[in-house]
Amino acid sequence: MAVAIFLLVIVVGSVIFTFLSPWWFLEIASNWGGIDLTVLITFWVCGVVFVAVGLFMAYSTWKFRHKEGARADYRPENTRLEWGLSIITTIGVVAMLAPGLIVWDDYVRVPDDAQEFEVMAKQWGWAFRFPGEDGKLGTVDVRNINIDNPFGMNSDDPNGADDVLINSNTVHLPVNQPFKALLRSTDVLHDFFVPEFRAKMDAVPGMITYFWFEPTKIGEYEILCAELCGRGHYTMRGEVRIDTAEDFDAWLASQPTWTQMQAGISPKVYSAEGRRGREVADANGCFACHSLDGSQVVGPTWQDFWGSERALTGGETAMADEAYIVESIREPAVKLVEGFAPVMIPYDAETISDADVAALIAFLREETGPEAAPEEAASP
Amino acid sequence: MAQAEIPYQEALPLHDPHTWIEKYWFSQDHKVIAVQYGITAMAVGLVALVLSQIMRIQIGFPEFGAAIGITPDIYYQSITMHGMIMVIYLLTAFLLGSFGNYLIPLMLGARDMVFPFVNMISYHVYLLSVVVLLLSYFVPGGPTGAGWTLYPPQAILSGTPGVDWGIITMLGSLAIFIVAFTMGGLNYITTILQARTRGMTLMRMPLSVWGIFVATILGLLAFPALFVSAVMMILDKLIHTSFFMPAIASQFDSAASAYDGGSPLLFQHLFWFFGHPEVYIVALPAFGVVSDLLSVHARKNIFGYRMMVWAIVFIGVLSFIVWAHHMYVAGMHPYFGFFFATTTLIIAVPTAIKVYNWTITLWKANIRFTVPMLFAIAFVITFVVGGLTGLFLGNVIVDVPLSDTYFVVAHFHMVMGVSPILVIFGGIYHWYPKITGRMLNDTIGKWHFWITAVGTYLIYFPMHYLGFVGVPRRYYDNVLAAGGESAFYPQSAATLNEWISITAFVVGAAQLLFVYNLVASYWRGRPAGDNPWQATSLEWRTPQTPPVHGNWGEKLPTVHRWAYDFSVPGEKEDFIPQDVPRTEAARS
Repeated sequence: MAVAIFLLVIVVGSVIFTFLSPWWFLEIASNWGGIDLTVLITFWVCGVVFVAVGLFMAYSTWKFRHKEGARADYRPENTRLEWGLSIITTIGVVAMLAPGLIVWDDYVRVPDDAQEFEVMAKQWGWAFRFPGEDGKLGTVDVRNINIDNPFGMNSDDPNGADDVLINSNTVHLPVNQPFKALLRSTDVLHDFFVPEFRAKMDAVPGMITYFWFEPTKIGEYEILCAELCGRGHYTMRGEVRIDTAEDFDAWLASQPTWTQMQAGISPKVYSAEGRRGREVADANGCFACHSLDGSQVVGPTWQDFWGSERALTGGETAMADEAYIVESIREPAVKLVEGFAPVMIPYDAETISDADVAALIAFLREETGPEAAPEEAASP
Repeated sequence: MAQAEIPYQEALPLHDPHTWIEKYWFSQDHKVIAVQYGITAMAVGLVALVLSQIMRIQIGFPEFGAAIGITPDIYYQSITMHGMIMVIYLLTAFLLGSFGNYLIPLMLGARDMVFPFVNMISYHVYLLSVVVLLLSYFVPGGPTGAGWTLYPPQAILSGTPGVDWGIITMLGSLAIFIVAFTMGGLNYITTILQARTRGMTLMRMPLSVWGIFVATILGLLAFPALFVSAVMMILDKLIHTSFFMPAIASQFDSAASAYDGGSPLLFQHLFWFFGHPEVYIVALPAFGVVSDLLSVHARKNIFGYRMMVWAIVFIGVLSFIVWAHHMYVAGMHPYFGFFFATTTLIIAVPTAIKVYNWTITLWKANIRFTVPMLFAIAFVITFVVGGLTGLFLGNVIVDVPLSDTYFVVAHFHMVMGVSPILVIFGGIYHWYPKITGRMLNDTIGKWHFWITAVGTYLIYFPMHYLGFVGVPRRYYDNVLAAGGESAFYPQSAATLNEWISITAFVVGAAQLLFVYNLVASYWRGRPAGDNPWQATSLEWRTPQTPPVHGNWGEKLPTVHRWAYDFSVPGEKEDFIPQDVPRTEAARS
């Protein structure tokens, strides 16, 4: 009896849960309504089978529970019944598979009017590239990547000269324009996933993958990395802003091209010590967790860092000065900026010497201090 | 073939153990080896259970988790070790190493495995693999946190925890495990083909043996793919070969510049060429065992025995051409999607037949709700949910929004986590009386069952819906403090995760009831007698309980019928054991 009730509660409870659950797809913001439809078809076919099997079991366990003197039926096989069930199952499978494959055919066939853009994934952040006026993305090679060439552009490829480079976690796209996203990774597997778009694809180092979608709703959507990519995986978020075509064009025009970047658009002029400090930061991978542009990655950003007051876990504050920086490198767990997990490993003097720390301090003072106030360099 | 073996087997001199260590440690008796496998698998399974509790603390109560020191490294190491231990070192080892070893000779009327010495070595190599795996916790940097799929390049680059030593102990342990499995597996297959007693035709074998048989064949064909990928990845890590490693610009790993020309996708193909059959290596023995439990305790023959056998065989064959459904969004050629979605959904048909036949077995039965039967019924309903959600993920386009979300976590825990574990519990409650001669405590067993069955459903059913929202799996923290609330992780999802975690703590603690029951009943359990469930298969017909070394005394039993003669019309008893001759049956 208890078993029959258990099964009945599972069936009825699951159905009620499904209808009352606040958890369902977020409102769709792309052309992939077909995906939602196939999910719904699958849901209904499977739901009916689940209810039917569950109720049959609940009834059987109630009706045919052991009774004194009762005896089970003896019937080893029933060929007609078995074939009948097989055929019904096959029909159900086809009902799910056929629409699924039709939508998949759409998914893998990029429309002719789709524009290309590139998503570059790296531990643990995103960067984007648009082809510029010639409509062609220049070639790249991860071996070219360095602090002055974060995308690994091939300087001798003329197609790359006007490529627009977005070295940031935020990208804009115009509404109602199909896009073919070309994905690459500089280090490990990642996956570009915007739940409201439904579509996703892995970024794989050593190859270029793609998928296409058409944003259909103006708004801001979070980009998730959906493929485990190391201890900072969960921090690898970005943002895609769907704009009107005009807003998008204006935004794109404000972004640097490869030519502009090469011409030294970076406004900072460092002292020799400051320049060395930047190299130290680069060599030790500091920028993977600490951004210069205000985006929050794994660790706190370094924008406007020097001399600022840091709010710490536990309610205290600290001044970002020399002593604070030294401590934060040697024993990062002692003073934690509020809202960040203690993920940074301590760097001892063998890994980063005292002289290198001093150089880092010079770099941070020159790069992020108030005296190096914003002086947006004039474009060439 | 089998017939020719019998006089030889009967005359085989048994090397009876003379010392304690030969009897309990280096024993060549398949029954002792089965218990050794079982205890080791359960012990390491308890480690994995503790790891799952750590994960649930962090997922349900992230602030508390951070406060008690659960860092991202610890979290990722926990998910990795939990997954690998559960899939390989518990489920595979238990279903084949323990059930396989115990049941094959007893159900087929053999004296022992065909190669008892190799069998003994097999267990000890398995034990070594477990020791090497657990060594991960004692090496610098701790165990690998690459996720149980160990995808390169991530698995061997700094930026992932345990990249110096942990990944080596993990891969080494897997390679050792495969050696153990191969020795055990060759033994199972040879024994099933060569050492069946008189009259035990293949189509009279209990479904438990069929499931173990086909699963073992799958294992012997699939594990080599994992073996070579483990060796190749160790080489990539240690001497910078580049099987799986393309040119890389890593911010964390200066050694990464040594790599060039390899393919991360190659690893995924090799891994899943193993990994998908692995699902069935776990599922098929569970299918077989649950069929026998349902039949015995429903007092009714399993419905459609021949169809059940062919379904097992058909699933086994198909399981080798569906692997890339784990890779729909991995970046392989998109046309693969058409092929693998089709093969994957075809597999649903034989699988559905098995489900129908289990449920039809209950129809017009005379069901005794013993503890093994409770677990068997809970298995069926859990497997129905897990199997149906597999149709979502197998259908390529439906997989696109759901892959790498909690829908996947819920699906595979239902279908190959909870389901086989329920069968393992059911099997232990069912065969413990034969193994020890004593019954497990019924009251504790029922408590254990209800908490486990209800709890696991409450844990995993709602989890699917988090996947629809888009909650990604393998996130240490969904709401970064710096970022505030996320669209894909509303407050309601956080609340749901709290409830799931609390349920998981209760279910986790309830497993201690089971451990207590296993230990206490060994001394205090009610004496079981030879055949407490009034079952028909040969293991219940041994002259002694527990069976002694050699199992059958002087003469091997002779089989006259299939294993499912329950409630035969016109017979006095509602069960007729397999070794009862057809003419005698009427008189008994």
